[in-house]
Amino acid sequence: MAKLAVKADGLTKWFGEGETKTTAVNGVSFEAEFGEMFYIEGPSGSGKTTLLSLISGILRPNSGSVQVEEKDIWNMTGDQLADFRLNKVGFVFQDYHLFPRLTTAENVAIPLILKRRDWNESMDKALEYLDIVGIKNRAHLPPVKLSGGEQQRVAIARAIASSPDILIFDEPTASLDGDTGRRIVDFVKKNIMNENRCIIIVTHDSRIFEYADRIMKMEDGRIIGIEKGGQREE
Amino acid sequence: MKGILTIAYKLLVNDKGKFAALLVGITFAVFLMVMMTSMFAGILHRSSAVVLNIGAKLWVMDPAVNTPVNSIPMPDYVLDAVRSMSGVKYAVPLYSGGALVKLRSGVYQSVTVLGLDDSSLFGRPALLEGNINDIYAENAFIVVKDAEFPKLDNPRIGTDFELNDHRGVITGIAKVTTSGLFGVPTLYTTYNRAISYIPSMRFTAAFILVEPKSSDAVPIIKQQVSQLGYLALTKDEFIQRTSTFYKYQTGLGTNVLIMTVISFIVGLSISGQTFYTFILENLEKFGALKAIGAKARELVFMILFQATFTSLTGYGLGIGLASILITVARLRLPSYAARITYGNLGFAFVMVVIIAAISSYIGVRKVLKIEPFDIFRG
Repeated sequence: MAKLAVKADGLTKWFGEGETKTTAVNGVSFEAEFGEMFYIEGPSGSGKTTLLSLISGILRPNSGSVQVEEKDIWNMTGDQLADFRLNKVGFVFQDYHLFPRLTTAENVAIPLILKRRDWNESMDKALEYLDIVGIKNRAHLPPVKLSGGEQQRVAIARAIASSPDILIFDEPTASLDGDTGRRIVDFVKKNIMNENRCIIIVTHDSRIFEYADRIMKMEDGRIIGIEKGGQREE
Repeated sequence: MKGILTIAYKLLVNDKGKFAALLVGITFAVFLMVMMTSMFAGILHRSSAVVLNIGAKLWVMDPAVNTPVNSIPMPDYVLDAVRSMSGVKYAVPLYSGGALVKLRSGVYQSVTVLGLDDSSLFGRPALLEGNINDIYAENAFIVVKDAEFPKLDNPRIGTDFELNDHRGVITGIAKVTTSGLFGVPTLYTTYNRAISYIPSMRFTAAFILVEPKSSDAVPIIKQQVSQLGYLALTKDEFIQRTSTFYKYQTGLGTNVLIMTVISFIVGLSISGQTFYTFILENLEKFGALKAIGAKARELVFMILFQATFTSLTGYGLGIGLASILITVARLRLPSYAARITYGNLGFAFVMVVIIAAISSYIGVRKVLKIEPFDIFRG
């Protein structure tokens, strides 16, 4: 039986008060395992991104708990949460959020530098990760000189640079054309995924559902079903 | 932390446009502040030129005197009284007055004449040419070779001129610590010659220069002089009194202060606005860093480092620019008064620190407020 990576229990998050109160996530419970590519799917406004923030230690829930590797992350202090995110979670943001004034390699090295690694050592490691995502030859360029797909790869390299157990992708194909999006997810499945890692992807792009192990569907802040993902034909 | 600061440094300097704008803002502000305060310091320094050049430890004067140039002559008995005071080693009169000399070319030129005590020549200047004893020669005057020297047609030893229908002859060329404020050449002569050549009021001693027996005697002498109805000030006190007069009673201090405040506001506006824009442009990235795992204090360090680095670089450039300009100006204009003091540098530094603090406070507030969730929400 696979080890449990994330366990969300009765997660609820609302914004505003009184008449303006909006419940973004309403009593959501689910489990994601290591070695699993877990998709969260749903229409815009269904609470996917809020849920992603709740389980990654970014947004505190109003009720419910999140256990990562059997530890309740919302019992942690602010600094402990920051360390948790740095060491356990890798983020690939929808807009990548790469620093345009730094080189590609420096962008990738950021998590290592935040971990107080030596600058040169961090840069060497960054080159290794850029090699893994296949754009080592772009290491010296600023991200703005790269294509969308290449920038996505840089974001992935940065996310895996701290060797996280959990990788979180927020709409990874939203800024890419269909073919590039598929190739990126295919690459992640083949090269980044392993049995000690859990990848959680928020998306409403059905073209990449075939790579999912499980797909959790959300609507109006609630889970409306969890189903097995499509099997990709080799 | 070194790596994080390296990232901060690269984020700052690689944004060349904004970094240049920040530097220009701070450099310009520092340059203006240093120029303003240096000019003021130079004016204050020159306003005390006579006090500095004569170098007496204690000066006795009429209480209404604020500066060395607006002296009020004292009756002769004051000199005798001071000489008889306990703690006084010796006391001599000093004549200080203005006169008009007619040069060989026929041109009239205003001068300041300082008449030194005939017997001691106390306060005599160091000579570049000539012998001090020649001051006792007939019609002898010593001219000071300062910025105003050329106004007397660059006289040499033996050059003569006319002063109130008397003939004057240059017997020595002197150097002094500092030039005067009002752009007129200075002539030294003996006290008796000064009062006989220059039309004077009934009383002639502008100041009485006192050498106390010891530094402990100074308060006692001051008290005795005060009882006499006059004022005794140490050299530093007289300089301070002169400085206070120019600062607060001439409008000069207020004008310089206003210009300095304007320079500060200009610098703060440019650098504060640019730094704020810089932070705003990178706000999402700072949010992303927070999401990745950067702690709030690390982001604060980054911003403080960026603000400090920019401010110190701008400070150095501003000081350098002001120094170059003042040096060049002095080469071209010998009477240029500006002088950079440690006080000016310290003042400009404090102002720059305030600019950096305000700029970074705005940035820090923004960055601390940004929630990583906002990055996800887009």
